[in-house]
Amino acid sequence: MLLADELKTLFRRWRTIALLSALAAVPVLIAVAVRVTSHIRAGGGGPAFVGSITQNGLFVSFSALIVSIPAFLPLAVGVVAGDTIAGEASLGTLRYLLTAPIGRLRLLVVKFLGSMAFVVAAVLAVVAMGVLVGVILFPVGQVTLLSGATVGFGGFVVRALLLVAYAALSLVGLTAIGVFLSTLTSVPVGAMAATVVLAAVTQVADSLPQLDWLHPWLFSHYWFGLGDLLRAPLVWDSFGQNALLQLGYLVVFGLLAHARLSTKDVLS
Amino acid sequence: MSPAGEGAAIQASGLTKVFGKQRAVDGLDLTVPRGAVFGFLGPNGSGKTTTIRMLLGLITPTSGEFELLGERMPAARPTVLPRVGALIEGPAVYPFLSGRDNLVRLDSADVRSDASTRAARVDAALDRVGLTHAAAKKAHAYSLGMKQRLGLANALLRQRDLLVLDEPTNGLDPQGTREVRSLIRELAADGTTVFVSSHLLSEIEQVCTHVAVMSTGRLVAQGTLDELRAESVRRVVVETPDVDSARGVLAAAGLEPDAASADAPGTVTAALGESADAADLTAALVAAGVRVRGIRVTGETLEDRFVALTGEGFDVAG
Ligand SMILES: Nc1ncnc2c1ncn2[C@@H]1O[C@H](COP(=O)(O)OP(=O)(O)O)[C@@H](O)[C@H]1O
Ligand SMILES: [Mg+2]
Repeated sequence: MLLADELKTLFRRWRTIALLSALAAVPVLIAVAVRVTSHIRAGGGGPAFVGSITQNGLFVSFSALIVSIPAFLPLAVGVVAGDTIAGEASLGTLRYLLTAPIGRLRLLVVKFLGSMAFVVAAVLAVVAMGVLVGVILFPVGQVTLLSGATVGFGGFVVRALLLVAYAALSLVGLTAIGVFLSTLTSVPVGAMAATVVLAAVTQVADSLPQLDWLHPWLFSHYWFGLGDLLRAPLVWDSFGQNALLQLGYLVVFGLLAHARLSTKDVLS
Repeated sequence: MSPAGEGAAIQASGLTKVFGKQRAVDGLDLTVPRGAVFGFLGPNGSGKTTTIRMLLGLITPTSGEFELLGERMPAARPTVLPRVGALIEGPAVYPFLSGRDNLVRLDSADVRSDASTRAARVDAALDRVGLTHAAAKKAHAYSLGMKQRLGLANALLRQRDLLVLDEPTNGLDPQGTREVRSLIRELAADGTTVFVSSHLLSEIEQVCTHVAVMSTGRLVAQGTLDELRAESVRRVVVETPDVDSARGVLAAAGLEPDAASADAPGTVTAALGESADAADLTAALVAAGVRVRGIRVTGETLEDRFVALTGEGFDVAG
């Protein structure tokens, strides 16, 4: 079974560990900054939830996740998904995988699943480190949700896991795009850069009111819809719409990637 | 499957690959019998690697058809390729994995490969190419020769019916080259068909039973080594101060003396036909008063034949 080996190879790579470490550093940075400056500036301004951190350290995780969504997470996804096929091509190992043999469709599926496993690990790294550093540096207690209700630590863990699932789901489309771009070239850096640039351009387009007809079709459209999961009772609307949109991207770019890889002349 | 199983090990007809305007491989008809050690010769750029990539299903032929081990390719890839070990255009490694983990990864890529024997097969392959002591080292620390050995180990991970080795001696020292040759002999003795490409005849001549010669995408010769040798021509070399009269005598005997060469003044050479006899020629030369310093007959080496078929020296085709 190649997936197990793919995961082992991916997560043993120095580069993967560096990316996860960098993501885990985001909550540390936020927590330390708030802690150091808490006597100067109490509450107000900055990213969502930052103002609440001094009262409840658990908010470090929410805050760090929201800070990571527009740039750090897409960057990490671009690096990993963009490398999937192009990286094997540039090493020359693609020809040995294919003659092992592994079916080209199977390779694509394994590479996509491996990238998604990385996405989950990346989001978890942010949230889990957020919880850890929040508990260490700040008092913790009942978490007040956006709707005003409060939940205990158990309820918080459930909500945090929901956020992890939401953020990972949000990146399915970008991952599929990255894998597709990776089938186009044997220069991994090219596919990585293209994926990251696309994520940035899409978010800019999503912020331009002139393009509002396009917004519901952009893979980044629901990226910040995770607030719905912080209400009681839970509101599942953006989760459902997001899932449908991401699934659409997965199907379209999955088919494109398959069409490309299955007919590709492997010359590297 | 016995080495004499159904069909040839490789059977290609009209295999063609066009890159842009260039016909990298042009109408290749190739038959590699089971059990052969088949030398696939040709200068750099003559289309050897392109042929091998087509045979292994890495690139789609522009036209033509082929079978591997009696099965129609590329449709039979999933069942045929596990029985084919390959080294294609040099080794490729994951630099961040150890030599052993490189092999484990490639072996586990095929869902049909037996995971329970994997560790043992990997170790046996490493041992066979002499890499056991470096198996735990990361591959980025490997020399080119070690990477080449790792690539060979990958080709030997399973019981193979056919080995396709593209320039397997590249990057190896003379000792390594000898080891590859004896490895090929061992494998052939076990009944494995070996298809080995090289741009150097001398590297594989000693182990081959058959050869095919490529030149700018076309096959220019194919057969057993003996058949190819039989096609080569014997020449007579006469050393004499009387060059002109010697040429006259040879011409009168029905030979066609080669043009005089500035490199070898005082020698006359000519291709020796089937019937001509050196003893008769010597008598005729002496009778005509030609002063003969020496006369000998040389066989054309296979190397000469190779050069004659593919054009001179180091020119890169394309
Ligand atoms: N990807 C490619 N694009 C264009 N031409 C190529 C490509 N790969 C090989 N060729 C050309 O095909 C010819 C045969 O190359 P190759 O099969 O690698 O030769 P060999 O292995 O005998 O040295 C060469 O002239 C080479 O320039
Ligand atoms: Mg070559």
